[in-house]
Amino acid sequence: MTSVVATNQTILVVGGGIAGMTAALEAAETGKEVVLVEKNPYLGGRTVQLYRYFPKMCHPACGLEINLRRLKANPRIQVLTMAEVTGIAGDKGNYSVTVKLAPRFVNESCTACGECNKAASTEILDAFNYNLGKVKAAYLPSDMAYPQRYVIDPSVVGSAEGQAIKAACKYGAVDLDMKEEVVTLNAGAIVWATGWQPYDAEKITPYRYGEFKNVITNVEFERLADPHGPTGGKLLRPSDGKEAKNVAFIQCAGSRDENHLRHCSRFCCMASLKQTRYVQEAFGDAGKSTVYYIDIRAIDRFEDFYQEVKANPNVAFVKSKVARISEDKNGDPRLWGVNTEGYIRYSEPYDLVVLAVGMEPSVKNVAIPAEVLGDSSGFVMADPANAGIFGAGCATNALDVNRAVQSATAAALRAVQVVNQVARAEA
Amino acid sequence: MSDMNQQMTARYKNNFLKEIEQQAEMGEWVKMCMQCGVCSGSCPTNFHPGWQHPPQEIFMLIRAGKRDEVLDSPSMWMCTSCYNCYVRCPRKLPITHIMHGIAEYAYRMGRAPKGQPTLHLSKTFWNNCTKTGRTNEVQLTQTLYFKDGIVSGIKKALAMQDVAIGLVKAGRLNIMEALGGGHKCKGAKGIHAMLAKARELENQRKGRAA
Repeated sequence: MTSVVATNQTILVVGGGIAGMTAALEAAETGKEVVLVEKNPYLGGRTVQLYRYFPKMCHPACGLEINLRRLKANPRIQVLTMAEVTGIAGDKGNYSVTVKLAPRFVNESCTACGECNKAASTEILDAFNYNLGKVKAAYLPSDMAYPQRYVIDPSVVGSAEGQAIKAACKYGAVDLDMKEEVVTLNAGAIVWATGWQPYDAEKITPYRYGEFKNVITNVEFERLADPHGPTGGKLLRPSDGKEAKNVAFIQCAGSRDENHLRHCSRFCCMASLKQTRYVQEAFGDAGKSTVYYIDIRAIDRFEDFYQEVKANPNVAFVKSKVARISEDKNGDPRLWGVNTEGYIRYSEPYDLVVLAVGMEPSVKNVAIPAEVLGDSSGFVMADPANAGIFGAGCATNALDVNRAVQSATAAALRAVQVVNQVARAEA
Repeated sequence: MSDMNQQMTARYKNNFLKEIEQQAEMGEWVKMCMQCGVCSGSCPTNFHPGWQHPPQEIFMLIRAGKRDEVLDSPSMWMCTSCYNCYVRCPRKLPITHIMHGIAEYAYRMGRAPKGQPTLHLSKTFWNNCTKTGRTNEVQLTQTLYFKDGIVSGIKKALAMQDVAIGLVKAGRLNIMEALGGGHKCKGAKGIHAMLAKARELENQRKGRAA
């Protein structure tokens, strides 16, 4: 059984992405006890799935490494991975939370030597790479996964392959008898940092995502650019592996659209501007990018970045929301629409089309097992009447990494105040 | 009709957006357009020569106060009512209906392009169907076919004869109606009264002289 030590002075942080990690660390570093619950087998959320950050183009490994060092050094944080909150009862200062733990089939003895991976033969979709590739059923989610422990897919448990995987482990770390567990723990305050998910591009039917292989999303493009990704960092298009030298980016794919997401997702303009740099870096002057936009929202201090990309002769901007996409015989996606600067019709083929899909809350406020105020897109809102549950990061709004961290620090401070009140009342 | 044009010009002076908002059906939506261009890109007419201004350009012209350009534009009359723009508009503007609203308003102002086929069809259909409360198919097609003279009318009729024969056999077309009369609704008078009342209410609501 997994044992968790928690009291009504403990802060529960739900979600272990950049916001959840930050909130947990900030609270723990003020001396509070924290339980950090993460659904994935690893921490870091969508941030680790990026290739680079804007505006400085640094790799997420850098920022996360600092946070992981803080985390490893802090005895006040208990991390539960592959865990989901299924129920919240009680009130401010005294919550009772039920957490469901999925079996990892690998215990703490794992040294990440990789022998189990060699023994496995079944392949499953690689969720870390947005299902662009496959991994073996005994896998390490990513090179920098924390905890550095392999995961065994339930599909091989109970098979001869499962036994072979178990036999390959020299450290007795594979435990195929692990069962799903439900634990109940106490908490004084809760930080809800469940983050975001990319909008389901298949719902934008005129863009034919899912049907045309060379129409992909911005998060998938990050994985193509990443040397640890399915193509080893080469910008190869999915249909035939041809180099994607002529790439179109479609902004507001789902965002600012009453039929899809009502809100502006705020990060996608910057993400596409950043991704034009990947194309430039990969192919030099042979790499061409075209950004189709309604208006570019390079928020506040990022205007510089936009001006720099705009000055690049290899990047073109077309003021238009693309009406539809068709596919040429050679697999080139073709964009149709009207350039509103001059009202000129276009029909242009590209090697690859990247949909700059927006952010949707992973867990909408209506699905949270507690009373929380949410806006019309399902993001958690600050609520003065709200007792001890505080939203953080992209659960509260469409934010970039920088703003998610700010929001998490604010949420941690609010949670600390609640726990302090509890402590004073009991003193 | 041009009296009404003068009346409206005097009332709204330079505020054409307000004029459209208050006078044209669905005109209140025009200000919601964010100029993304998805309506124009979705238009199946592929900007037929008659399409001077795509929808979002019409909306921008209205906001810019270009009264003459908009009311004299043939564009609104080119809409085929396929509703592609309507379903794709990210602001949920009922674009098809707005185009019809502006077209109708331009007609009321006496500004609609002369001899425009859609306008001709609409007028013919309206007159035909409101007269008796039922459409007289034979007279309607006659009026449409012979719009451009006898020779072209006969050509069109011959081209469509298979369809016509099929309709007659199925009992959907009565050749005798060519002589007048034909099927009508029982309360034609009531329909006339209803339409007159509707016009009166509309004039009242929009502050127009009867």
